[in-house]
Amino acid sequence: MREKTLYGLGALAIALLTHNIWKMLVNLPDEAFQGAIFRIIFFHVPAAFTCFTCFLVSLIAGISYLKTRDLKWDALGVSTTEVGLAFGAANLLTGMIWARIIWGIWWTWDWRLTSMLICWLLYGGYLVLRRAIEEPTERARLSAVMSILSFSVVPFVFFSIKWFRTQHPQPVLYGDGKMDSGYRSMLYGNWVPILMVAFVLVAVRMMQERRQREVDALRRSAHAF
Amino acid sequence: MLFLRQVFTIAAKDLRSELRTKEALNASLAFALVILLLFSFAFDANPEMMREISGGLLWLVFAFAGALILNRSFARELVNDCLDALISSPVPGAALFLGKVLANYVLLLGIEVVCLPIFGVFYNVRWAQQPLWLALVLVLATWGVCVVGTIFSALTVNLRLRELMLPMLVYPMLIPCLMAAMMLTTPLLAGQPIQGDMFAWLRLLVGFDIIFTSLAVVLIDTVLIG
Repeated sequence: MREKTLYGLGALAIALLTHNIWKMLVNLPDEAFQGAIFRIIFFHVPAAFTCFTCFLVSLIAGISYLKTRDLKWDALGVSTTEVGLAFGAANLLTGMIWARIIWGIWWTWDWRLTSMLICWLLYGGYLVLRRAIEEPTERARLSAVMSILSFSVVPFVFFSIKWFRTQHPQPVLYGDGKMDSGYRSMLYGNWVPILMVAFVLVAVRMMQERRQREVDALRRSAHAF
Repeated sequence: MLFLRQVFTIAAKDLRSELRTKEALNASLAFALVILLLFSFAFDANPEMMREISGGLLWLVFAFAGALILNRSFARELVNDCLDALISSPVPGAALFLGKVLANYVLLLGIEVVCLPIFGVFYNVRWAQQPLWLALVLVLATWGVCVVGTIFSALTVNLRLRELMLPMLVYPMLIPCLMAAMMLTTPLLAGQPIQGDMFAWLRLLVGFDIIFTSLAVVLIDTVLIG
């Protein structure tokens, strides 16, 4: 039942995304300066938001695991970190494609680019750390600590890199930035299905973790005989 | 009071055993020298170039040398189950951790003090023009490196590939601290005092030290005991 709901949600998200892409290509006019490529923003920015939402949930899961010692929090932590990394990669890659077309270069050591890359590496370290630990409770405990430490570096990263000159445009959704209302509603309208996709992925990954634990338990009891 | 005495006892124990064997100290000093040598092939060390990148070079050397010391910090206790004995002793986890940080701090500062004049001679940098500011930056940034490095040393002590894991996890974490140190050290080596916007980097260093020292002290029992 739960699985069916999940797949239903996933199908709905894909339908919404398809609808959005159609609307983007047909209904929305090209942006005045950038032409057609600007549409990548409807994936670039929501991917970053989704990525940080995932990392925030991973922090909460880490703290909750240390409080309760319930392995389901660990499963949530690893699932959200993996999905967050995937969306972080999507953000970096779409940004690079966009940069290549507008700036003519794939990469520049601008603070927004650099800080995102550092975050990505930090959470990549989380996964590498997990790989190196066999014992499930120890793995859960140390990854929770790693998740808390990683998240506390993130504000510093943003702080410190902010003091460099910047090539990346200013934020368009808050602060001084402004955005046409049609574009803005499209951006948020596309974030909803992307967040739904992330939710489905996290849920599927958590199911995998639970089954992995069941398999491990069966294996242990088989060895006990 | 008792807590401080425990911290100093642990630090003294670590320093004594390190100074008797000198295994991490020698390795990391030799490593620092080799990196200093390798840099000379990477670029043409003319004065203008050095004015621009000296801080970055120096902190890369310190970060690499530091990783060797930090690796040994908890790994040294694995032999004969010393770590278990330390954990089950009446010394609280926080004191054990801070003692180890203090020992690493003294060792790394020692290496930095040795490396600075060597760096100055090899790359023709007059490093002693702003001694007090430079000392302040070294003291603050090295503390940050040692606190983050030591908690990760505890975290990775039981892992396979410990020597690889530690730098891989620690360097991304240290980026804000190292970046601030590099930003401050380059002008200091060129003879300019810290002024204006540069105080922001100094504040960042202080903030980094305070936040990660408190986080590490809170989390260390979870890391060591479970």
